[in-house]
Amino acid sequence: MKKVFIAGLALVFALGLGNAGAASRDYISIVGSSTVYPFATVVAENFGKTSGFKTPTIESTGSGGGHKLFGAGVGVEYPDITNSSRRIKKSEFEAAAANGVTEIIEVKIGYDGIVIANSNKAGLFKLSRKDIFLALAKDVPYGNVAGETVPNPNKTWKDVNPALPDIKIEVLGPPPTSGTRDAFVELAMEGGAKKFDWIADLNKKDNKAYKALCHTIREDGAYIEAGENDNLIVQKLDTNPDALGIFGFSFLDQNTDKLQGALVDGIAPEFDAIADGSYPVSRPLFFYVKKAHVDSIPGIREFLAEFTSEKAWGDEGYLTDKGLIPMPEAERKKYRQAVENLTPLSASDF
Amino acid sequence: MNNSLPRHQSDLRTMDIVNQGLSRRYRAEKRFRIYGIAAVIVSMAFLLFLFVSIGVNGYTAFQQTYVQLDIHLDPEMLDAGSLADANYQGLIKRSLGEMFPEVKTRKEIRQLYGMVSNGAAYQLQDFVRKNQNRIGSVIQLWVPADDDVDMVVKGHIERDVPESDRRVKDNQMAWIDHFQANGRLEKRFNTTFFTAGDSREPELAGIRGAAAGSFYTLLVTLLLSFPIGVATAVYLEEFAPKNRWTDLIEVNINNLAAVPSIVYGLLGLAVFLNFFGLPRSVPLVGGLVLTLMTLPTIIIASRAALKSVPPSIREAALGVGASRTQMVMHHVLPLALPGMLTGTIIGMAQALGETAPLLMIGMVAFIVDIPGGFTDPSTVLPVQIFLWADSPERAFLERTSAAIMVLLAFLVTMNAAAVFLRKKFERRW
Repeated sequence: MKKVFIAGLALVFALGLGNAGAASRDYISIVGSSTVYPFATVVAENFGKTSGFKTPTIESTGSGGGHKLFGAGVGVEYPDITNSSRRIKKSEFEAAAANGVTEIIEVKIGYDGIVIANSNKAGLFKLSRKDIFLALAKDVPYGNVAGETVPNPNKTWKDVNPALPDIKIEVLGPPPTSGTRDAFVELAMEGGAKKFDWIADLNKKDNKAYKALCHTIREDGAYIEAGENDNLIVQKLDTNPDALGIFGFSFLDQNTDKLQGALVDGIAPEFDAIADGSYPVSRPLFFYVKKAHVDSIPGIREFLAEFTSEKAWGDEGYLTDKGLIPMPEAERKKYRQAVENLTPLSASDF
Repeated sequence: MNNSLPRHQSDLRTMDIVNQGLSRRYRAEKRFRIYGIAAVIVSMAFLLFLFVSIGVNGYTAFQQTYVQLDIHLDPEMLDAGSLADANYQGLIKRSLGEMFPEVKTRKEIRQLYGMVSNGAAYQLQDFVRKNQNRIGSVIQLWVPADDDVDMVVKGHIERDVPESDRRVKDNQMAWIDHFQANGRLEKRFNTTFFTAGDSREPELAGIRGAAAGSFYTLLVTLLLSFPIGVATAVYLEEFAPKNRWTDLIEVNINNLAAVPSIVYGLLGLAVFLNFFGLPRSVPLVGGLVLTLMTLPTIIIASRAALKSVPPSIREAALGVGASRTQMVMHHVLPLALPGMLTGTIIGMAQALGETAPLLMIGMVAFIVDIPGGFTDPSTVLPVQIFLWADSPERAFLERTSAAIMVLLAFLVTMNAAAVFLRKKFERRW
């Protein structure tokens, strides 16, 4: 009996070490944003079924985690592609370059709206970005004096804006590790804060203080960090009609029988409004490809061709069925060109 | 004489005190029992609630709606030379278009094509490859319906909510009714669920990939942790001298059993991926990490099993001239093995339900292809449950519950095997 186990042990180690020694990989490895994950997985699946290559593996690590893994080095043990729900930061680009990942191809795939939704058993919210800022910021302006702030005293929506209902402020949203959160504070909160002239001026004088004021969400229980699981937020909103939730448009799109998206600056979060840019809280989605891997890992070129084909990301493509908002045609053409020529990012692009 | 009376009285008084307190003590005992029973009932109720809610949510996932299409295998579109890249999607779309010739607008056509799963094209491709002689004729093929249609047929999307709030629009409802009226729509046993890997289309998603991943991962875990665990336990229990070092090792093993599993994931990331350079997302690394996690459990259980073998057996073996190794191998180990196996199976069951340590080594990933070995990228059952629970499509809700049922079935089977082994081979002295 023991001999069998020892033989098994030897077999397992031989398999493992043999493979590590050979150091090859015949499938594409993708990491990154949980927002891009639903889109990338659909493309990967179609690619796997039609191309004859193995289906890429996709890990949902969050945008920041993805860039960290992606930029760790060149070689089969590092991922080939990272998804990102925001543009790569200059610091991330430099860190990658320091690890030998010098040539990175940027591909924008489309747009995603961030919605603020509540149960459709309750009334429809009509918010402005200023309302959002005043309801969720940690510190808000006090009176009309420039530079004066107080810890956010607003308890109900009515305190924020007399036109809003007298309901306790209770917002379920993503944690700080999420790209959705980054985009939300940048687009909604900062956009609202800028409506105060002195805060807009502050940006020129003291960028750090400006960012701290605009991007810090209150921590007194009105904003509840609900984790990365957007389905959980949907379920919680369904049982608590007084609460609002912040998540990607695709989850609203799948749950229109339970939820309604609040109007932001008078615009409803609908497909067309996000596509033409009139809905203010929308952001571009990206993925990044390691050029050094394109010829060593089989199928990357074909995968890129599939992702950037009209049947995937076009106006009528299958990604739109999953809730991706397509780019205008000119932009699609530009990025398809970048993919075909494998044009890498350069430091001057930042 | 005088003394006897007060003594008698005081005796009576003690008895009285006892008797007076007796009913109170009985009541206290009764209350205590009721608390116990209540605790059991409450926990049983929770368990029942869990099982019932999973069952109610999940049982529908074992069925899938199919739609029958008449498909003309047009020889013009199916050139025998290039069967692989013929436009099968186009054939399906044409078939749907012919069934509802009144559909004209672009939006409606898209809605109509959305009635059947886009997996239908792959199914048709398969059919044509196997039946090339049928090219040119009209065939009837049952193809999976789209997940939204499936949800309507199963009653998860209600018909009486306003059209604007519904994913399935009125015209699509009418088409479903049309299919149903003509016997072209049917619920069948969902074999895809057991034969397919993961997919982003709920109607094409299955647990086979995750089950195979779990199998390979647990095989690695078993092959490594059982021999290492038993060898460690035998050495510590039978051979090791009792000194400060062995005490230290013992304390550490007991502590390791209580370490949160995510820590093992971080260890695995640092050691196996970063230092040894093993690939991400593979069962080999998953098995290694889970081995680290289950080893303390197996060592502790194995040592307990060895301890329960009476010393007389050891002494008798040594007395007739056996060496210490012979004593352990021929007498102690066979008697302790059932207990060790029980511990191992419980350790394996624990490993089967684990997700946290696998997060760090990349096994929480979208993987479609069914793994065929220890170094193919794969995921495991609990991870599959986690990923489906996080998917926006409504139809994944029931599949999540169904996958939980499958996982529970495995766990119950493993624990039942442990109980069976214990009952069958256990020896008492």
